[in-house]
Amino acid sequence: MRWWQIRKRDADVERELQSDLELEEEEQREHGMPPEEARHAALRSFGNRTLISEQTRAVWSWNGLESLLRDLRISVRTLFRSPGFSIIAVLVMALCIGATTSLFTVVRSVLLGPLPFRDPDQLVMVYEHFRDPSANAQQFNYNPVAPADYYDWRTQTHGFEDMAAWRYWQFALTGERGELPELVSARAGTWNLFPLLGVNAVIGRTFTESEDRPDGSAVMLTWNLFARRFGGDPSIVGRQIHLDGKPYTVVGVLPKWFTYPDAKVQAWVPYASGLPPEILRHHDYHFSRVVARLRPDVSLAKALSQVEAVQNGLHLQNRNAPVAEDVVPRTLSDDLAQNVKKPLTVLLCAVGCMLLIGCLNVANLLVARSAARQREIAIRSALGARKMTLIREQLVESLLVSLAGGVTGALLSLAATDWLVRTWTNLPSARSIHADGTVLAFACVLVFATALLAGLLPAISSTGRGTIAALQASSRSAAGSQSRTALRKTLLTVEIATTVVLLIAAGLLLKSFWRLRTTDVGCATDNVLTMDYSLPAKKYDSPEKMNAFNETLLEQVRAMPGVRAAALGSIVPGAGAGEDDIFAIPEHPPIAPGTPLPDALYRTADPGYFSALHVPLLKGRFFTSQDRAGRPKTVIISRLLAQQYFPGENPVGKHLHVVPYGNADYEIVGVVADTLYQVGQPARATMYFPVLNGDNGMGLTLAVRGATDPLSFSVPIQKKIAGLDPELPVSDVLTMQQIIERSLGNASLSASLVLGFAVLSLILASVGLYGVLSYLTTQRTGEIGVRMTLGAQSEEILRLMLGDGLRPALYGLTIGLVASIWAVRVIQSMLYGTGPLDPAIFASVAASMLVVAALACLVPAWRASRIDPMQALRTE
Amino acid sequence: MAKHTRQRANVLQGTLDMLILRTLLYGPAHGHEIGKHIQRTTNDFLQMQHGSLYPALHRLERRGWVTSKWGMAPDRNREFKYYRLTEKGRKQLVVEESQWKQMAEAVGRIMWPAAEES
Repeated sequence: MRWWQIRKRDADVERELQSDLELEEEEQREHGMPPEEARHAALRSFGNRTLISEQTRAVWSWNGLESLLRDLRISVRTLFRSPGFSIIAVLVMALCIGATTSLFTVVRSVLLGPLPFRDPDQLVMVYEHFRDPSANAQQFNYNPVAPADYYDWRTQTHGFEDMAAWRYWQFALTGERGELPELVSARAGTWNLFPLLGVNAVIGRTFTESEDRPDGSAVMLTWNLFARRFGGDPSIVGRQIHLDGKPYTVVGVLPKWFTYPDAKVQAWVPYASGLPPEILRHHDYHFSRVVARLRPDVSLAKALSQVEAVQNGLHLQNRNAPVAEDVVPRTLSDDLAQNVKKPLTVLLCAVGCMLLIGCLNVANLLVARSAARQREIAIRSALGARKMTLIREQLVESLLVSLAGGVTGALLSLAATDWLVRTWTNLPSARSIHADGTVLAFACVLVFATALLAGLLPAISSTGRGTIAALQASSRSAAGSQSRTALRKTLLTVEIATTVVLLIAAGLLLKSFWRLRTTDVGCATDNVLTMDYSLPAKKYDSPEKMNAFNETLLEQVRAMPGVRAAALGSIVPGAGAGEDDIFAIPEHPPIAPGTPLPDALYRTADPGYFSALHVPLLKGRFFTSQDRAGRPKTVIISRLLAQQYFPGENPVGKHLHVVPYGNADYEIVGVVADTLYQVGQPARATMYFPVLNGDNGMGLTLAVRGATDPLSFSVPIQKKIAGLDPELPVSDVLTMQQIIERSLGNASLSASLVLGFAVLSLILASVGLYGVLSYLTTQRTGEIGVRMTLGAQSEEILRLMLGDGLRPALYGLTIGLVASIWAVRVIQSMLYGTGPLDPAIFASVAASMLVVAALACLVPAWRASRIDPMQALRTE
Repeated sequence: MAKHTRQRANVLQGTLDMLILRTLLYGPAHGHEIGKHIQRTTNDFLQMQHGSLYPALHRLERRGWVTSKWGMAPDRNREFKYYRLTEKGRKQLVVEESQWKQMAEAVGRIMWPAAEES
């Protein structure tokens, strides 16, 4: 049966019934009945003809669609009749569905989607793991791997199909034809990394084993660099480019989608390339990430136990060095998402709560409407409308609202996802984040689920009662819809409880963010501009050359107008942990074998570093220009190092024995105050070496403190640097404030997003509260009129109505507070400087909730107390 | 309706299709005839509700067990919608008949166990 036959079929049924009815009538007449009576008898014996023809037509399946079309028509008309309700409901739904879809898109790509590698489930990262509890407290439980450890793992175990390693690197890419120099974020990966991941070069090839040597000079370009810097010209493969002044041969170009481990990587070199051979033999230089591929026939535990055995052996051979006892795995997927998993989960929960509140609110609005339409519904069911038809009609209505909201929301979510990906800087980008079929399907499911939730509650409640009761009730609205009011109050309670949980979570996250933001990192942060540069070892091959550049630059910068002070060092406070090294104290008895040597953060500083950054001197002296290469070796330690390793003695004059830079004793000449290497992390013991030692020109940070806005120095200083060495790229030109904000960026983002959701929920809940009470007031107009006629004062009415509205708010508040005690555990690990059960947050949320609830109730309650009894009684 | 003093029953759920198919075995008939036939054959014991009859007829037609055609009644000068049993309908009738037999026997065994023994 086709749809165009519907009409024909209808006519056919009508004709059939008509002919049979007439036959019946004829037969009755033939029995001798008078014509009029015969007709009535025939009709009687036939029964409800309309119903029969409807049921007969219902046999043909298109009837379902027909009635759906009819429901749709009715719903559209009803929605258009009250545009205010419709617009609010659609907007609420659009916001909720849009936000949920956006977060789902991100979560799906980041946490759930498969990585674009061959059999990605078989890939695991393997880290070293220290058993020392203090190491675990300092988040060393996933420790990068030392090169020699990696080589031993790979050659001595056979549980994994293969193991590959990569490490961070960066190069100054200098121009071939006078282009500007550029600092390029790069990675150095073992030759087997790409085969292990199952990634091929789109042009050229990946590395060979023979290239993975300290003197190897092959380079692979990522698509970004290839397209951007080399104009996408395939003939670049086979040609040479200059990295840090050294020629490298381009052997291949990586595919466009390959953004592992992050999208900022521009180039790959072989793992061993450019490393001094002796570093590759170290078991305690932890700078590599190891990716392993599971063999299909060997379990992870078994493969890992082999690696663990090797690692434990290495630990026992190097008792005094920081060589881990254990190894610990993490799936590649988790590894990429580690920093965002928690915030994403919390945000998804928050947005889920908001969606729930949105649904409840629309349900609430629908209940109110169905209450207003109870008479209509009662009459219709008295006339034979089936319960299912009425429920279906309401569902179609909420479906329409959800659908309109869903479409708007999906469009919103496209924009929101885009914004989120751009704003959320540390989202792993190995998988591209975009909406696709699955997301669309998710949005559709969401639309139908919300429609069902928002529509079913009021639909069932409005059709559940007996027809007679409804008809009677509608004649005396004063005694009317008790059960419906109860339902609305329940919905409201749930809404308020959920809002309270959201508000408390948002409050805690905001407080932590505020605490982080106002943390004193221990140095000057106002009007300080920083920029990074690296002196390539090939060009600056002696301490004298480095010092010449650095000292000239400092001198020129300090002479610039407006510059108060300038500092040069390996890193500034707040910019990250950087390198750390182990040390021994020659004046102290040797450390018992088997105990690891203490370690401290490694920093370099020029003579003016501490005074320029306002790091106070506690003992001894700062560096002078005499603390340089060829002079007695000196070091300055932080307060914490002195306190931890020189308790009760004066460290000045004692020595630190440090292995990496010349394996020498350094005399402690001063103690400075602690600074934080990262906001939100506890301070660590730190040792400062003179930058003028000139033993490392890599990764220097120039910090300039000015009188006013320091960004204005940015271009003049870069010009000075270019004047000294036109091939030297400058990177990360940032103010200290920006450095600190960058490390907090995502804390502030998730805090403000959760707050946004919470505030929206609060608005929704208060609108709900207002709606319920207004409805209640209208419902009880007659009753209030009677009360006032009998002498009730308007204050009493006010109190009565306020109490009525505030009761669900109070219940919701209590439930919400109790639920929060449990819910805040989820975000405990995201908090800083505040306990999860912060009484101030709980109290202020409770107070603001009460205020908002009271305000929402006050207007309708006030209106109720101002009712003119005569008018009220007349409206009956 | 007071002249009917006997007890009457509505057609048992699920058997209506079978009864209609069986009735059509005699030849094509229109709805009214089918209803009347069932009612008359059972001495008015089975009451045909129009509300069940017409949906049932259309259901059978939709399943392809009967076909319908408008045709002139031989004794009256007017057209009726005549239903005719199809080949598929005949097979269905056999199936339903045997099912009904099994059902009746099974019920009988429980209700009158003594009769079974004798």
